[in-house]
Amino acid sequence: MEQIVNIFVKGIFTENMIFAYFLGMCSYLAVSKTVKTASGLGVAVIFVLLITLPVNYLLNRYVLSPGALTWINPLWAEVDLSFLSFILFIAVIAAMVQLVEMVVEKFAPALYNNLGIFLPLIAVNCAVLGASLFMQEKEYENILQVISYALGSGIGWFLAIVSIAAIREKLSYSNIPAPMRGLGIAFIITGLMGIAFMSFMGIQL
Amino acid sequence: MNKRIFLDPLFKNNPVSILALGICSALAVTVKLEPALVMALSVTLVTGFSELILSLLRNTIPNRIRIIVQLVVVATLVILVDLILKAYSWQISKQLSVFVGLIITNCIIMGRIEAFALINKPFPSFVDGIANGLGYGMILVAVAFFRELLGSGTILGHHVIPGNWYVANGGFYENNGLFLLPPMALIVVGLIVWIFNAKNDKKVWNK
Repeated sequence: MEQIVNIFVKGIFTENMIFAYFLGMCSYLAVSKTVKTASGLGVAVIFVLLITLPVNYLLNRYVLSPGALTWINPLWAEVDLSFLSFILFIAVIAAMVQLVEMVVEKFAPALYNNLGIFLPLIAVNCAVLGASLFMQEKEYENILQVISYALGSGIGWFLAIVSIAAIREKLSYSNIPAPMRGLGIAFIITGLMGIAFMSFMGIQL
Repeated sequence: MNKRIFLDPLFKNNPVSILALGICSALAVTVKLEPALVMALSVTLVTGFSELILSLLRNTIPNRIRIIVQLVVVATLVILVDLILKAYSWQISKQLSVFVGLIITNCIIMGRIEAFALINKPFPSFVDGIANGLGYGMILVAVAFFRELLGSGTILGHHVIPGNWYVANGGFYENNGLFLLPPMALIVVGLIVWIFNAKNDKKVWNK
C-alpha cells in the first residue's frame, strides 16, 4: 500500500511528465491558451492513461516480455516478442483514443468542439506512449501499482497544463518583448515552473 | 523548388522553434552532446524514410484509416532504429532509454506526413522529411552543446575548460550545475526561439 501511494506521489511531483521528462509538450504548448480547454484536455489525458496503461501492462506481461507466452504453451519459454512492444502499445493507444473521442462527441459536444483537433492528437501525445514505455522499463509488480502510476502521472500532467494555462491567461496583459511573445515565453515559464517542481525531489513516503 | 523545400524547415519554418512541434522527445536527451547527435540522426532518418514510404503509398491508402497506416510505418522504422542502436551502440541506447520509442509520437513526423507527404511526390517528400529532421536536430544539438559546455565543461566528453581555471585548482571558474537539470533545457530553447523570432520577425505565435 505504501509503495502504491509512493508511486502516485512521485508521478505527480518528482517525476512529473512535463517538468522532468518533457512528455506531451506539443499539446501542452498548443492547448494552453485558456484554462477551460486546458483542463478538458488534461482530463482526457488522465482518462486515456487510466485505460491504456493497465491494458498495455497486461499485454506486456502476458504476450510481449521474454518467456511471457508460457501460459499458452510451456514450450514457448524461449519466445521473446519485446521488439513488437512499440507497435502494439501505439495500436492500443490509438484504438482507445478513438473510443474516447466517440464517447466525448456523443456525451459532451461542447467539450468536443473546444478540443477540436487535439483529441485525436492524444494518440500521438508523447505522455501516453511515454507512460507505457516507462511502465515497461520500471517493471512494476502488479496492476495496482500500474494504475496508481497512471493516475499519478495523469494528474501531474493535468496540473502542469492547467497552471501554465492560468499563467498564460494573465500574461496577455503583460508587456513582453515582441519576439518573445507566445512560444518563447511559454518555454521559459515552463522552465521556471520546472525548477519550482524540482524542490519536491527526494520526497519519500 | 527542391532547394526551398530543403532550406525552409531549417530556418524560416523550423519545426521546433517556429512551429513548436516535436519538443516532446527532444529535450530530455540534451544533457550531453553525443546522445543528442544520435537522436538527431535517428529522427532525421525516420522522418525522411517514413515520408518517402507514405508518399509512395499515398494513392492506395483509404483516407479513413490513414492514421493507423502512418503509425504502423513510423513504428516499424523506429523499431529498426532501436534494434540497430541496441546492436551497435549499447551505451547510447541505454542513455536514450524510452526516448527512442518516443520518436513514434514525435509530432514533426505525423505533422509532416499529414501536411506534405500525402499530397506530394516521393522525392520532394523525402527531401522535406530529411530537412525537417535536420531542422529539429539543429535545435537539439544547439541545446545539448550549451548544456554540456556550461553544465559539465566538456564537449563530446573532451574537457574544453582548462583545468587550472576551476575553483578547486585555485582558479575562478565553476561549472553551472543548474544546466544539468531538466528545466534548463526549456529555458535554453526559449532563448533560441527568441533569437529565431527576432531574426524572422514572423509573428506566427503572437496574438
